[in-house]
Amino acid sequence: MKLSRKFLNDYLDTSDIDIKKLADDMTSIGNEYASCGSFIKATGLIIGKVVSCVMHPDSDHLHLCKVDIGKETLDIVCGAPNVREGIKVIVAEDGAVLPGGTIKKGKIRGYESCGMICSIEELGLEHKFLKEEDIKGICELGEDAKVGEDPLKYLGLDDEVIDFELTSNRGDLLSIIGMAYEIGAIYNRKVNDIELKYPTIKDETDKFKVSVKTNKCNLFLAKKAFNVKIMDSPDFIQKRLMSSGIRPINNVVDISNYVMLETGQPLHFYDLDRLGNEIIVRDAKENEELVTLDNIKRNLSNDDIVIADKEHAVGLAGVMGGLDTEVEKDTKNILIESAIFDNVSIRLTSKKILRSEASNRFEKGLDPNRTYMAMERACFLLNKYANADISSEITIFDESNKDDKIINISVCEINGLLGLNISKEEIINIFNRLGFTVKDSKNDLEVTVPSRRIDISIKEDLIEEVARIYGIDKIEGVLPVLDTKKGCYNKFIRGIREKMVELGLNETMSYTLIPNDLSHQYTNDSFDEINLLDPMSDDHRTLRYSLLPSMMMIYDYNSKRNNKDLSIFEIGKNFKKVNGEYLESSTLAVLMSGNYQDGLYKEKVDFYHLKGVMEELLDYLGFNNRYSLSVTDIPQEFHPGASASIILNGMKVGIIGKVHPNVSKNDIYLMELYLDLIEKLGVGKMEYKEISKYPSISKDVAFIVDNNINNEEIIKEIKKSGGKHLVKIDLFDLYKLDNNKKSLAYNLVFSDQNQTLTDEIVMPLFNKIISDVTSKLKCELRDK
Amino acid sequence: MEKEYEKRNIEIIDELKKDLNSVKTSNDLVVVKAKYLGKDGIVTLLSKGMKDIEPEKRGVIGKIINDIRTNVTTLIEEKDNLIKQELLEKKLNDEKIDITLPGKKNRRGSMHPFNRIVEEIEDLFVSMGYDILSGPELETDEYCFQRLNIPLGHPVRDTQDSFYVDPLHLLRTQTSSVQARCMESNKEKGPIRMICPGKTYRRDDDATHSHQFGQFEGLVIDKNVTLANLKGTLEVMAKTLLGEKTNVRFRPSYFPFTEPSVEVDVSCFRCGGKGCSLCKNTGWIELLGAGMVHPNVLRSNGYDPDKYTGFAFGTGIDRLAMMKYNIPDIRLMYTNDIRFLKQFDRKELK
Repeated sequence: MKLSRKFLNDYLDTSDIDIKKLADDMTSIGNEYASCGSFIKATGLIIGKVVSCVMHPDSDHLHLCKVDIGKETLDIVCGAPNVREGIKVIVAEDGAVLPGGTIKKGKIRGYESCGMICSIEELGLEHKFLKEEDIKGICELGEDAKVGEDPLKYLGLDDEVIDFELTSNRGDLLSIIGMAYEIGAIYNRKVNDIELKYPTIKDETDKFKVSVKTNKCNLFLAKKAFNVKIMDSPDFIQKRLMSSGIRPINNVVDISNYVMLETGQPLHFYDLDRLGNEIIVRDAKENEELVTLDNIKRNLSNDDIVIADKEHAVGLAGVMGGLDTEVEKDTKNILIESAIFDNVSIRLTSKKILRSEASNRFEKGLDPNRTYMAMERACFLLNKYANADISSEITIFDESNKDDKIINISVCEINGLLGLNISKEEIINIFNRLGFTVKDSKNDLEVTVPSRRIDISIKEDLIEEVARIYGIDKIEGVLPVLDTKKGCYNKFIRGIREKMVELGLNETMSYTLIPNDLSHQYTNDSFDEINLLDPMSDDHRTLRYSLLPSMMMIYDYNSKRNNKDLSIFEIGKNFKKVNGEYLESSTLAVLMSGNYQDGLYKEKVDFYHLKGVMEELLDYLGFNNRYSLSVTDIPQEFHPGASASIILNGMKVGIIGKVHPNVSKNDIYLMELYLDLIEKLGVGKMEYKEISKYPSISKDVAFIVDNNINNEEIIKEIKKSGGKHLVKIDLFDLYKLDNNKKSLAYNLVFSDQNQTLTDEIVMPLFNKIISDVTSKLKCELRDK
Repeated sequence: MEKEYEKRNIEIIDELKKDLNSVKTSNDLVVVKAKYLGKDGIVTLLSKGMKDIEPEKRGVIGKIINDIRTNVTTLIEEKDNLIKQELLEKKLNDEKIDITLPGKKNRRGSMHPFNRIVEEIEDLFVSMGYDILSGPELETDEYCFQRLNIPLGHPVRDTQDSFYVDPLHLLRTQTSSVQARCMESNKEKGPIRMICPGKTYRRDDDATHSHQFGQFEGLVIDKNVTLANLKGTLEVMAKTLLGEKTNVRFRPSYFPFTEPSVEVDVSCFRCGGKGCSLCKNTGWIELLGAGMVHPNVLRSNGYDPDKYTGFAFGTGIDRLAMMKYNIPDIRLMYTNDIRFLKQFDRKELK
């Protein structure tokens, strides 16, 4: 909302208050602003008279002028085609700051120029307000302009504007009158009355008919104005509209905008002769068509409200009028509409069609008393500035509530919620400044809130009013006195994050929304993907089912920037739809690629680095010896020979493996762990186990086995044969042989809690292990 | 006779010195040692000859032989020490390394700045007895809006333009949805003290807005909770997160779920309130929105507004992280450039 100071001063005199102070004071009561200051930003301007003007000898368009500015006569070189002796002009003096830059004395083709003669455009007036003559030549001021004075004042452009960013509850501030009440409350000043008295003529025509056939309109006023004379608005109306950001068109259109700015109530004027004598307000039919005044054919739906004649829609209520009934240059008679439409409906329709000053006001809600006021004001202005004959008749449909609100509240309730100690007198004073009346009874204050404050309906609203005007920042912070209690939180996720960081991984944070075509990657599961109804872009269309596509996108991003050494993790949510129900679950994803260690001690990431991360984490969580890998259910994006499902307690809790060479040429390793499943599993208590007092015996053994026999199978056999005395099995050496075989060497540790083991006890066990493994796995013992 | 032995003494020592001069290694020394002190060594033989000396002279001669033995032994030991010393020096010299080569380290991980802030906030509020709660990111319109006094068509929905997946479900636009869930699930309808950090989503994308971002919401419900209590609590929070000198300022504002509502500014922690580019020369930075829980919100989640009051506050996590770590563009938080991530690898123990 752009507040014009001159417009405001019609209703509340603030001429003694600096514009910046005014804006800051409004901010401190809750009304923020984006900018404030002069409407025209240019400085250093003065009215001058061109006393001589000759052509520049070295130019076909420059003129050498002498310009009298009162205190002196300046030499100015001017290129405008319309500059000539005798006219009064706007001069920017040496040092003047214009939107195009600072004016400096200088020589133009050998002749001194001590300033600039300006066009309106050069002053920085917004482009939409410029007429052709404002652009193509310098501005010619009238004969009555006084040399040496301020040209902006002469032109009526000496306004100041505050551009407010209002909260959505304060629809009442989308009007000059509303602003006047609000600012009046700050400075304790009275708001001037609005002028509404106008003559009417006896209306001989048939009474205009309004029938409302929707529950989305509770107030509709219609009045006829005859014999309007369409012309330019008076200058003050044009200038106030411009300061408010609205382009002047002609007096009739301008008056409807002017009244909307003053009262907050949007109006609509119809060409009465083209409209006919009846209006029906109804819900639009599904697929009903209407050509709006921007000459676009709109396809409407049942949610929209239309203004219609007997046959078809003639306007989209509250949003935009129809082309057929638009007021044009030759319009003679008009119908004035002042109405209230359902704010939700207007919001939905305007979102589809056009957000406008009018729809914005309907959306925020309107005071029905203002609807009447706006009608009267429009009649007053049409009569005065468009020579209109105003009908004595008015057609009214009214089911609105126009009563003021009465709220009872106690001083105790106010101070109790705020934590303040404001006196009753001060509270009453604050209410009075806001224009509320207060009846002081013993326990309660009975506060009457005028209907214009549609945002106030309960005690708490009144408490906020007191706090706002009293100064909410005067409240001193006090910690609440509450019962001592323990704060509870989920340690599981935090513990995992901490462990992953400790393992040297960098945490990432990626988007939940991913491209649709990635959503089924890195999984074999079949599921219903969840898509946005109205995505901003294809890149963020689908809720991810797995974090792995995100991890791969992070890899690509970094890889393109030549950062291929990545060991990263992320904890986030995955989403799926099961039987129509949305489910989300926490997941850990890890990606490792490139070098694990860099530089002198360079170490390339392989599968076992990632497996190590998995083991470290699961052991840390207490699942030692309870998990295994299973080469089943490998999605096609994974390398079939270097990937596995992670099984914990017989349940699949994740996936680990290398990215398939068809997906990436680089060696990338991925893991995903379903944390919600893991969190549900119990773990044993951490407690001390007795350490054997007796020395243990350590033996080494190596087997040469076929390549397709894996380490786990050998360990399983060793365990089976070793019995309870075998307490530790460590693979300590592994190498490949030529003939499709490999050698694996194990260190076995035997121990007993109750005795010192001797070779007599251990050797038979050791030999049994050797014979069992070699026979069962068809392998040989190395170094027999 | 004594003179003869004295002479012999000098001869032996001279010869030994000569021998030792040519000794290079411990092995050489063993040979020399055997020549003098071995079974048939020169000194050993002298001692053995004692039995042929007349008894009355044995004392004097014995002493001379002893002197010879002592001298010989001393000289050999000295040489032995010398050789060991040389060996040690050689070993030390051989083992000299370039101490400027890099150390062998474990990889150093890092926590994302978003979660660093989350954990800092969680630690602070847990210490004040708040519970840390979470809720679904894919929320119902009811919990995200309606139970928070934002009915369908409410204009505030404009500023929280949402991602719906069907007419009833959306990615939550605010963590306030957890407020409603928390009040509803509190069976006794007794006091509440909680915060809920998490991800939120709105249709927005530029240098200061991301369509995905983080918020945390705080909620206290109890008897006689006041706006002054809210300010006191936020002062503690601001001082902890942004520094002890931070001041807090209230400005009136509007949120549908609180009444009165306040916009909360903190004094600029970079310039201390003097005015700088961070605070756009105002000395203040907008930090969060807050207020007293609206009676409609209490009521629609089963609380009696005549018995309980409460305050709620909520702010952006990314914004806090960006302020704290001087991150200029929110997109840096989500592009996951490893050069960005690795910068957050320290503990801040102070």
